Amino acid sequence: MKADPAGVLTGSHYLDGDFACGEGAMAAGCRFVAGYPITPSTEVVERISRRFPTLGGTFIQMEDELASMAAVVGAAWTGSKTMTVTSGPGFSLMMENIGLAAMMETPCVVVNVQRGGPSTGLPTMVGQGDVMQARWGSHGDYEVIALSPQSPQEAFDLTIDAFNLAEIYRVPVMFLMDECVGHMTEKVVIPEAEAIEIEPRRLTEKSPESFDPYQVEEGQLPEFARAGDGYRFHTTGLTHDEHGYPEMSVECQEVNVSRLVGKIRDNADSIVRFEEEGVEDADVVVVSYGITARVARLAVEEARSQGLKVGFLRLVVIWPFPEKRIRELAGSVGAFVVPEINYGQIALEVERAAAGQAVTWPVHHAGGAVHSPDAITEIIIKAAV
Amino acid sequence: MSGRTEIRITGFGGQGVVLAGHIIGRACAIHAGRQATMIQSFGPEARGSACSATLVVSDREVLYPYIQRPDIFVVMSGEGYEKYGRELKEEGTLVFEQDLVHPRTVEGQRACGVPSTRIAESLGRTIVQNIVMVGFFAGVTGLVADEAMRDAVRGSVPAGTEDLNLEAFEKGLEYARKSPGESSVSVSEPSLEEVSP
Repeated sequence: MKADPAGVLTGSHYLDGDFACGEGAMAAGCRFVAGYPITPSTEVVERISRRFPTLGGTFIQMEDELASMAAVVGAAWTGSKTMTVTSGPGFSLMMENIGLAAMMETPCVVVNVQRGGPSTGLPTMVGQGDVMQARWGSHGDYEVIALSPQSPQEAFDLTIDAFNLAEIYRVPVMFLMDECVGHMTEKVVIPEAEAIEIEPRRLTEKSPESFDPYQVEEGQLPEFARAGDGYRFHTTGLTHDEHGYPEMSVECQEVNVSRLVGKIRDNADSIVRFEEEGVEDADVVVVSYGITARVARLAVEEARSQGLKVGFLRLVVIWPFPEKRIRELAGSVGAFVVPEINYGQIALEVERAAAGQAVTWPVHHAGGAVHSPDAITEIIIKAAV
Repeated sequence: MSGRTEIRITGFGGQGVVLAGHIIGRACAIHAGRQATMIQSFGPEARGSACSATLVVSDREVLYPYIQRPDIFVVMSGEGYEKYGRELKEEGTLVFEQDLVHPRTVEGQRACGVPSTRIAESLGRTIVQNIVMVGFFAGVTGLVADEAMRDAVRGSVPAGTEDLNLEAFEKGLEYARKSPGESSVSVSEPSLEEVSP
């Protein structure tokens, strides 16, 4: 279906990444946001709380991040498109209920505008250290989807994609911004509502009497009923049977977990998204994401000007990771160079996917600033030797 | 990184530093078909004392969003000048509030001063000092067409204040025409009467 024009601020704007993310959420049909505002993500909810009253949306400033995530899960079960917004310290506090969202198969979006960590770290300065936490930060085994924008324009575009993916796979989708993209102001073009595709909640057509909340008939997903529509059903974080009631058995656990993992892993080819350029005859491929991908392109240009054959691959979707593509490339390139604002998270994934066929060179940065392009160029040159 | 113009705008909190940066960036990015990335300072320095915004303006995609050494330094407070004055490129342009900033002469740099606070006072609203400065900036740098800047002012200020702000913009622009700055800091200064309504 097409976006509701009421939520779409069509036109050319000069917006920061946080505002653009808020606009993307509203364009995607998000009408419920609960959060505990935290730097550098605060502007997302500032924007939303200012615009929601005109859209009939509800923003609740909650008492903390635990409650914020709980409210997002609850509101999603009324059929609403829901989101919360935070940064590292709040993201940690949300982990318990992110696991609940995963277990209950609740579509929702969690925006994390990453700052330097660990702990309270660098509130106003950039980091990319929450990448692994976004994947498996809550206990138990599950899969999520995570996206990473490199500009305010993508903060808008990819927020819409995040909501659509949450609906298609019934998962919490992690929107991994970083402080630099969040606080950077650039041109953002918001199209007409009719040019924006929106994935609606797929509601069951069964009668309340014949509906079971976790019965899977076709594909890998159960059908959805909204609380309040007369469907009496139960859902829980405990391992549950198709009726949604707890069942503590090995067999039921296998059904639950294999679905949570399988619905993402089996569809990874449709979910992964990356951009690549000049990789075909490259000796070295630089793999990056978010703000670091922009800085890394300068390093790629510089290395090419010195005669090196350097390709570039940018992760748009981080989780699931494009391991097939990395493995293919590993067969033809000598090395991967992976700059990221952490001490090596995606670099480990690249190394794993390369499976010993090519060498992986991380380019570490502890956070608080972006890499200097020269620091990346230097590693590219070493990797090319 | 050729083809880039790096700009820093600084002043004290409340002078409208970020809005001034936003208007210049918007003029370039929305009304003049260029790329413009603005970053504003966050943290304690943005809460009362020296406040700063930086802009990178380019004809190609801005890959590195931070400035290294500005080509243009717009400064509206003495503290801002002390903090950032030394970064300005040797051949850079200094644009300053001449009653509040008393810059040192640097050979090769162009220095353009404007009594933007007094001009704003003459319009009856000190608050538009930053817009006078934006007008003066437009006149002395010629970074983008004046009309693009006017569109950006119109689209960035609160509804109902467009006329006042555009008047402030024109006053700054007019002052720049009369006193476009020199390559030393001894600026010849037209009297306020010449630019008053």
